[in-house]
Amino acid sequence: MMRHAMRIRLYRALAVLIPVLLLELMCRLGVVGPLVMPPPSRMLTGLAALLASGAISAALLKTFSNVLVAFVLAALAGIVLGALIHRLSGVRRLLEPLLSTYYAIPIYAFYPLFIVVFGLGDAPQVLIGFMLGVVAVIVSTLNGLDSVPPVMIKTARVCGMGPMRTAWSITLPYATPYLFTGVKLAVAYSFIGVIGAEFIMSQSGLGYEIRFAYDDLDNQVLYPLILLILLAAVLVNMTLDYWDRRLRARRGIQA
Amino acid sequence: MGDKPTEAAAPAHVSLRGVTRFYPAENGKLHALGPVDLELRKGEFFAVVGPSGCGKSTLLEMISALAPPTDGTVEFEGRPIGNFVPEGVGVVFQENACFPWLTVVDNITFGLRRLPVASGEVERRLRYALQLMGLEDFAKSYPAQLSGGMRQRVCIARTLVTQPRLILLDEPFGALDQQTRLLMGDELLRIWRATGATVLLITHALDEAAMLADRVAVMSSRPGRILEIIETGWPATRDSRIVSDPVFGAVTGRLWTLLREQSLQALKPHPTP
Amino acid sequence: MTHRGGPGSALLLIAILLIVWQGLFLGAGSDALAAPLATLGYLAEQLRTGEMWPHIAATGAAFLIALVISIAGGLAVGLAVGLSRIATEVTEPLLLAANSVPKIALYPVVLLIFGIGMPAKIAFGALHGIIPVAIFTMSACRGIPAVLLKSAAVMRLDGWDRIRSVLLPAALPDIVTGIRIGFSLTLIGTVLGEMFGSQSGLGFLLMTAIGLQNTRVIMAVTVLLIAFAATVSSLLLAFEKHLRRRTT
Repeated sequence: MMRHAMRIRLYRALAVLIPVLLLELMCRLGVVGPLVMPPPSRMLTGLAALLASGAISAALLKTFSNVLVAFVLAALAGIVLGALIHRLSGVRRLLEPLLSTYYAIPIYAFYPLFIVVFGLGDAPQVLIGFMLGVVAVIVSTLNGLDSVPPVMIKTARVCGMGPMRTAWSITLPYATPYLFTGVKLAVAYSFIGVIGAEFIMSQSGLGYEIRFAYDDLDNQVLYPLILLILLAAVLVNMTLDYWDRRLRARRGIQA
Repeated sequence: MGDKPTEAAAPAHVSLRGVTRFYPAENGKLHALGPVDLELRKGEFFAVVGPSGCGKSTLLEMISALAPPTDGTVEFEGRPIGNFVPEGVGVVFQENACFPWLTVVDNITFGLRRLPVASGEVERRLRYALQLMGLEDFAKSYPAQLSGGMRQRVCIARTLVTQPRLILLDEPFGALDQQTRLLMGDELLRIWRATGATVLLITHALDEAAMLADRVAVMSSRPGRILEIIETGWPATRDSRIVSDPVFGAVTGRLWTLLREQSLQALKPHPTP
Repeated sequence: MTHRGGPGSALLLIAILLIVWQGLFLGAGSDALAAPLATLGYLAEQLRTGEMWPHIAATGAAFLIALVISIAGGLAVGLAVGLSRIATEVTEPLLLAANSVPKIALYPVVLLIFGIGMPAKIAFGALHGIIPVAIFTMSACRGIPAVLLKSAAVMRLDGWDRIRSVLLPAALPDIVTGIRIGFSLTLIGTVLGEMFGSQSGLGFLLMTAIGLQNTRVIMAVTVLLIAFAATVSSLLLAFEKHLRRRTT
């Protein structure tokens, strides 16, 4: 089993490295021109330089703080709303079509509305990130609460457990893997929403810096920034994935 | 009681020699099964009982070529079994294996339509199977609309219509209640008599093995080996009412005596792989 | 699932949303929003006089091509990987990580590679859709009960027959989920791709209206997009539920 896991990790690493190396080769040979894309190695060194120089520190701080606020709001509101909707089955029936088609809606279209209402500060970006993330958390919470087998609730009643203790000792452990899935989605969506909003119309943050660099035809700054976003998204995703797997392993649930 | 003068002369329908199965595990290999030596006579009803985890299902998978043995050979009709399921073999699994997107009729004829059989013959066999398994009223239903027992009947019918010479059943009635099991056992005997196929039944229910089979093999706990093969000597015309025959009690008693110790062994914690 | 309301409850939901919209309008003013009736009236007029049709056609064409690429590409990748357990184990985390990347950050790369115009729109739209279709197709293959595949082996189905007669039907409900989600995301991606460096299409209309603070156009285009996406999504969802009803 150990050797199997290592083999998988090796294949995965190769699956990433080989295309990157191919790209590097094509850029250096001129197959991909410098006006289209610099070689990945130069993207990396450019990024290191950018970070070291502190030129994008303000944008980094802005974006990540916006994402954090959006994500926390989405997670909290999503769980609370999810629990509420789960209780009120009439409301749930009413909202079901909205919840299942929500992600078909182009949320970015509400961005100008938010700007007019909330001004040009951080609020519109955070709100877009929030709106994208909150429904994923609601749906995951609903699924998690649905997953509690009725026989467990009956067992709790037989043992004389009150509603609070039942929620803590029985409902929560069953729902937690689903809640965590919702949290993972909220992080991803908040990230996507905030950066997208910054790209479209804001004056600050990483999304804005990317747009600015593109408008300026500045590939030396543009690509390192894109690389930064890619690496950040992947890193966060991997970390959350790792915790998710550890959480499930502790409960004996196969990933 | 049986006297079978021809058994030494006739070649075995299925033969296993030195069949062993190891699984890769973190600290070396896990010895799951064997070595097993076994011969099934053509047309006999053979049952295998054993404690949980002894490898009964693995045995069946190796005979049906669904999984290869680590060591040893398996032969069907004199030819070694390779990587593909040989023609003329049917398998009924414990889990529901009906294709949910097909009706009962389409499920039953699924394998048959792929054989070189004329469409008139397909129709005939289909009608016979529907009647035999009591599914005539449900021909156009989907598996989701049927009970567990009926779904198993569909799976048995699906196997039946291809007229296999060897029928393997892996705890086919495991998910059913006792009464349904007994009735299904009777149906299985009827099918066996009508088709003359060799039947291998894996079961954890001693009474089922004792009443249905000509011979019952008792397996040890892991790694599974055959401890003893008991001849029941039932007439071919038997059905579930032989439970009142004193021989039934004797056979079941013998099976439990052998199995009880093995089952206690199986309950003891094994070093985790 | 007993949580479905009938079409009556869907209409009730739409009515509630319209009321909320009207309320927001009264609260936020006409600089922020257009009123529901005014928007719908404007939209109807635009559709009747044909002013919006060239843009709808431009977006529609790009979207359809992007959708075909998303579905075909996603299915191909999903099946190729999903049929092998090792390939699935290796690739699944990579696809999930790719899915969490804000694709808008890759938009400049798409523009630089494809230039400004239709190919860039199509590429950006397809980029959004292909990953979820692949992920769901992959997970659909993994979720096929092993006993069905064993049965196919016992009945001696050869490779192509096995895929066509057992694998695909068994995987279909989850594949349809992937297509449903891929559909919506491809639409969003195509429209986003039109918001910059394009001279036609609904995305272009949207961006121009944002610049001119023309709330009527913004809301009209948004309503049109939502109506289209929600309708098709609901149809696909109904189809998906129909497929699943047979597998309970």
